[in-house]
Amino acid sequence: MEQEKVVDKVAEHIEETRRREVILSSLRQTVLNDLDSTIQTDQFLLNMGPQHPSTHGVLRVLLDLDGERIKRSIPDLGYLHRGTEKIAEYRTYNQIIPMTDRLDYVSAMANNYAFVRAVEKLLEIKIPERAEYIRTIVAEVQRIVNHLFWLGTQALDIGAMSVFFYTFREREELLDLFEIICGARLTSNYYRVGGVDADLPKEFINRLYKFLDAFEGNIKEYNILLETNRIWLARTKNIAVITGEDAVNFGMSGPSLRGSGVDYDLRKYEPYGVYDQIDWNVPVGINGDVYDRYWIRIEEMRESSKIIRQCLDKLPPGRILTEDHKITFPDKGKVMHNMETLIHHFLLVVQGFKVPPGDTYCGTETPKGELGFYIVSDGSGKPYRMKIRAPSFIHIGALDHMAKGYMVADIVTIFGTLDIVMGECDR
Amino acid sequence: MLNDILAAVVVIAGVLFVVLTMVAYLTYLERKVLSFMQDRLGPMEVGPWGLLQPLADGIKLVSKEDIIPQEANKAIFKIAPIISLVPAILSFAVIPFGRDSFHFGGITTHPYLTDINIGMIYILALSSIGAYGILLGGWASNSKYSILGALRSAAQVISYELNAGMSIIGVLILGGSLSLVQIEKAQQGGFWHWYIFPQIIAFVIYLISGIAETNRTPFDLPEAESELVAGFFTEYSGMRFSLYYLAEYANMIVVSCVATVLFLGGWGSPLPMLDFVPPVIWFMLKVYSFLFFFFWIRATLPRLRYDQLMKFGWKVMLPLSFANVIVTAFVVYMIRH
Repeated sequence: MEQEKVVDKVAEHIEETRRREVILSSLRQTVLNDLDSTIQTDQFLLNMGPQHPSTHGVLRVLLDLDGERIKRSIPDLGYLHRGTEKIAEYRTYNQIIPMTDRLDYVSAMANNYAFVRAVEKLLEIKIPERAEYIRTIVAEVQRIVNHLFWLGTQALDIGAMSVFFYTFREREELLDLFEIICGARLTSNYYRVGGVDADLPKEFINRLYKFLDAFEGNIKEYNILLETNRIWLARTKNIAVITGEDAVNFGMSGPSLRGSGVDYDLRKYEPYGVYDQIDWNVPVGINGDVYDRYWIRIEEMRESSKIIRQCLDKLPPGRILTEDHKITFPDKGKVMHNMETLIHHFLLVVQGFKVPPGDTYCGTETPKGELGFYIVSDGSGKPYRMKIRAPSFIHIGALDHMAKGYMVADIVTIFGTLDIVMGECDR
Repeated sequence: MLNDILAAVVVIAGVLFVVLTMVAYLTYLERKVLSFMQDRLGPMEVGPWGLLQPLADGIKLVSKEDIIPQEANKAIFKIAPIISLVPAILSFAVIPFGRDSFHFGGITTHPYLTDINIGMIYILALSSIGAYGILLGGWASNSKYSILGALRSAAQVISYELNAGMSIIGVLILGGSLSLVQIEKAQQGGFWHWYIFPQIIAFVIYLISGIAETNRTPFDLPEAESELVAGFFTEYSGMRFSLYYLAEYANMIVVSCVATVLFLGGWGSPLPMLDFVPPVIWFMLKVYSFLFFFFWIRATLPRLRYDQLMKFGWKVMLPLSFANVIVTAFVVYMIRH
C-alpha cells in the first residue's frame, strides 16, 4: 500500500516534469521566434550565477547567446533578499541605521547618510556645523573606498590582476581609518539622526592628510597600468554604450548616468552637507561607454580627495550632535542625576524618538548613484512604511539594453561598470 | 647495446626528473614573482619561505576526490588530461640543453634525448596534439562553460599555431636545418650570431604566439576566470585538474626552451670570454628569463576579448609572419648567390 503510494507519487512527479518541459519548450520556441535570426541555429542559453566568480555577489543572469554574442540577458534577482524594508517597520529609527549598513555593504557610510538625511528631513531639524563637515568628510572617504573597490574588481574582471592588489592596499588604509572612528571596517553604523556618533580623533585627521598626500600618486600608478594600455582601451572603449536619453529613461544615476554626458549630481543640484561651501567639479563623460564611466570614477576619486582636504582644513569646532534630547541621547553622566534627562533616555530606548506624521522622499548621492529613502511616518517611533530606491536595482534594469550585441566577455565588464552590489539590489 | 639502453634510460629519467621538478616549482615561482609584483608575500607557510608549497599542493590534489559529472562522456573525460600532458613532456625529447656529453661511470650520454632531423616539426606536431586534450576535455565535460572554453581554445590554438609555424620558418632558412641541435650550433660564438637580431619580427611573433598557445594572460581566454569560471577544466577536480595545470606549465617551459634554442643561441654564451660558465647554466638562464617574462606579462596586462584575439592573430600577426618569411628567403638567396 505504502509502496503503491510512493510509485503513484513518482509517476505524478514525472508527469508534472513532462508537462513543464512541454511548456518550457513552447516558451523557448516563442522566444526563438521573437529573435529575428536569419540563420537557423540552436539557442545557447547560458546560466551565469548566482554562484560565479564575477557576478559581484549572487546575481544570476540568463544569457541567450548566438555563438559568443549576447542576444538577450535576463537578470534574475532576489538571492540576497532579506526583507529590509519590511523589518524596518518593526524597528525604531535608530535601530534601522545598522540595517542600512547591510544594503550596499561596500559603502556602508553612504547608506547611513542617506537614511539619516531622510529622517532628518521628516523631523525638520538642523545639524551642528561640525557634524555637517564630519559627515561630508566621511561620505567622501567612503566614496573613495567604494571607487577603489570598484576599480580593483573591474580591472580583475577584465584580467588585469595587479591593480586589484594595489587598490586594496589603499582601501585597507581607509578602512583602518573607519575603524578608528566607529570600531568597524565595513558595517560602520556611524551616522546618527542629528549628527554623528563620535568626533574625529587627532590620529584620524593626521592619517587622512597623509593618505591624501600619497593618493594622487597612487591614482597615477593605476592610470599607468590601465589608461595607457591598449588592451584595456580595446576592452572598455565603445563597450556597453548607452545614450544620455536612454540612461535617463532607465532612471540611472551616479557615475553610470554622468558617463553618458548627463550632468546630474545631487551634491551640486540639491546641495546637502557642506558641498555648497566647497570648491569642486562634477566630471561628465561624452560617449557613455565603459571607458567614460571608468574615467569618471577616477576623476571622482580626485574630486573627493579635493573635497576632503578642504573640509579638513576648514573643520570648525563645536558639537557633533544636536542638543535636542528628544532625538539624541543626553550625556550619560547627567542621566543618573537629572530627572528630565532620565526620562529622555528612557523614552528614546523604549519607544525611539517620535517623528511627526507625513511622508518624504530624500535622495542622496552615494558612490553608486542616487540612493533614496521614502519614509511614511504615522507619528510613532517606527516608520509606517520605508521604501529604498537602490541605484543597483535600477541600473540592473538597463543590463539587457546595454549588453545586447556584445560578447560574453563583455557581460562581466558591464556588471562592473554598473557597479552593482546585490545587498542593495535585493535589499 | 646494453650500455646504450642504460644510457638512454638514465638520460630519460634525468630529464623527466628535472622537467617535473621544474614544472612543480614553476607554480611556486609564479606565485612568488606575482606576489612581489603585487605588494604581498605569496606562499610563506609550508616550509621555509613556503618552499614546500608545491609538495603540499601535490599531496592535496592527489588525495582529492576525482569527481566525474554524471552526464559526461566518461572515457574521454578521463583520458583528455593525459592527452594534454603527455605531448607537453614528450617535447623535451629533442631539446638540447647543453654542449658536452655527460659521463656516468662508463656510460656516455648526450645532453639531449635524441637528435632527430625533424626536431622542429616534431615539437609543432606535439603541441597540436596537446590542443586535443583541451578540446576533448571541454567537450566531454558536457558543461556549457567547458564547451565555450574548449571552442575558444581550439580556435585560438589553430590560429596561433599557424603564426608560430610561420615565424619559425625564417629561423629554419637561416639555420638550414630542422634539427634543434644543428640550429643551436649554427648560432655559437657570441651574441651577434644569435638569430634574434636578423629575425626580430619572427621572435616577437613567436613569443606572442607562444603565450597564446600556452593559454596565458593576455590570451587566457579558454580559462578566463571572470567569464567562464575555469573554462575547459571547470568540471575537473583532483589529479585530473592538476594534470591540466602541469600541462600548462610544461608547455610554458617548452615554449621558453624553443625560443631559447631558435633565437637566443641555446646554450651558447653571449660573449666568447664568458665560455667558462657551463652551457647548461646559460641555457637555464635564458629559459628562466622567458618564464619570468611570462609571469611579468600576467601581472601587468588585462585579457583580450575573443574577437580581438582572432583579429590580432589573423589580420596582424599572420601577414607579418608571411612577410618575414618572404623577406628572409629573398635576402638569404641574394647573399648566397
